[in-house]
Amino acid sequence: MSVLVFVEGLNGEIKKSSLEAAAYGSQVAQTLGTSATAVAIGEVHEEALAKLGEQGISKVLYDADSRLNQFVADAYVKVIAKAAQQESAKVLVFANSNIGAAVGSKLAVRLNGSLATNVTTLPKTDGGQFVVTRGVFSGKAFADVALTSDVKIIAVKKNAFEVSSNGGSTAAVEKLSADLADADFAAAPKETVMQDTDGGILLPEAEIVVSGGRGLKGPENWHLVEDLAKALGAATACSKPVSDLDWRPHHEHVGQTGITVSPNLYIAIGISGAIQHLAGVNSSKVIVVINKDPEAPFFKAADYGIVGDAFDVVPKLIEAAKALDK
Amino acid sequence: MKILVCISNVPDTTSKINFTGDNKEFDKNGVQFVINPWDEYALTRAIEIKEAKGGTVTVLNVGEADAEPNIRKALAIGADDAIRVNAHPKDAFFVAQQITAVAKENNYDMILMGKESIDYNGFQVHNMVGEMLGIPSVTPAFKLDMVDDSTARLEREIEGGKEVVEVKLPFVASAQQPMSEPRIPNMRGIMTARTKPLAVREPVGAEAKAEYVGYSKPEKKGGVKMIDPENAGELIALLRNEAKVL
Repeated sequence: MSVLVFVEGLNGEIKKSSLEAAAYGSQVAQTLGTSATAVAIGEVHEEALAKLGEQGISKVLYDADSRLNQFVADAYVKVIAKAAQQESAKVLVFANSNIGAAVGSKLAVRLNGSLATNVTTLPKTDGGQFVVTRGVFSGKAFADVALTSDVKIIAVKKNAFEVSSNGGSTAAVEKLSADLADADFAAAPKETVMQDTDGGILLPEAEIVVSGGRGLKGPENWHLVEDLAKALGAATACSKPVSDLDWRPHHEHVGQTGITVSPNLYIAIGISGAIQHLAGVNSSKVIVVINKDPEAPFFKAADYGIVGDAFDVVPKLIEAAKALDK
Repeated sequence: MKILVCISNVPDTTSKINFTGDNKEFDKNGVQFVINPWDEYALTRAIEIKEAKGGTVTVLNVGEADAEPNIRKALAIGADDAIRVNAHPKDAFFVAQQITAVAKENNYDMILMGKESIDYNGFQVHNMVGEMLGIPSVTPAFKLDMVDDSTARLEREIEGGKEVVEVKLPFVASAQQPMSEPRIPNMRGIMTARTKPLAVREPVGAEAKAEYVGYSKPEKKGGVKMIDPENAGELIALLRNEAKVL
């Protein structure tokens, strides 16, 4: 019996959300008195794999089949299922990403397991139960869910767990081969297009997000959002009206029908704070609202607020942010 | 083209969320229910494909009788017929089994739904259905077009980019913005929806694997600290020294 964590790579490194999943998985392993193994796929540097030891992972199984460099659900499922079988894994941990949750759902069927996505707490295991808390109602509530099957699958909400940085040991890296057939790649993507992420910060993974709304009056003023983001090392985002107006691309839209983010810091500039927008950002740890309307509903959900014109306020913030010693 | 669209009946996006019975049940009191907004993208795209290519759109809901007004609304928007599996949707696995059972009796060319419901935010059912039926599941897709009569081309979001995927029918896909522009039913649609078939069937025996044992709400914020716009730069210092997020 062990805990198995699936880690996703990006440009040879392991995604932050997967490091969080690894830290989570090793804590679960400790609770259960067992060890945590990771399984990695595709293009990840060997040093990055060994460094998973810092998150408490003792062993990494690595399938370097280059066909796995892009996401193909059926093939990924086969590799992870093989690793789970080899390790007799009873708990599988994923990041709650589009890839992690997709693979987790398919494995729940294949391994006849219980699945919880969007999980925000470690399991409570008293009385022989296995109960985790997950975000529901678009961030407006939490639910406690008992996972009743023998195999438990958990997709961990982004930024809900700290990545450990205390050095620690290195993980042993072992090759894994799942004997993949061409049929496993039948639904492989024809084409993968990565966004041009200025500064390389992905919105769903970002610790700081600077977001703009209609209060910015037009796409030509977005340099305010971008410059503040750059000064803070943040990703940029926008409200739904802004993406509907095509001022910004859809993949930047956060809210109920856009991306859900949970950064440490969310700065909203010129966004009134409709309930649908709040649903996408309300699990952010600290919210800053800048709006010239003192009645903007967003102030009720904010930790810090500035009533003022974005065109006066934001340049001052950029200046102060640039002056910070990193 | 036979298309199945699965819809959830969910609290309106502006609902206040409360719980009753010692925080063990969602309080429906005073809550207005709508078609899950993500499912509406799937429904509208299905209707658009039907309009272009011919065929039928069937809507499926796993839920109790109180979902019927929204099932009728889906018919008014343009679906041809509907099926309601008469059961409380206990968890994703249970719902996926019900959808799979319906799909196995009918040869649908595609099975569409939203990427998740806005109440339980699972992002699970579509992939489970694909796995149970042994057909591809492409999720979350924001673009869906037919290449020819047997192949669809989808664009799916991945963290940091997108993938273009071509799949043979049949397949499962989940929808997200901007797959389509949801429609408002017109008067003619509302009138014809009354007489469109809505079949009610009992669930197949299936276990739930995740049991919801209780609910809680996030802690209330401590209140907002206002900063003088003239000294806006002070905010950055507070974020570093007080909030410790910089």
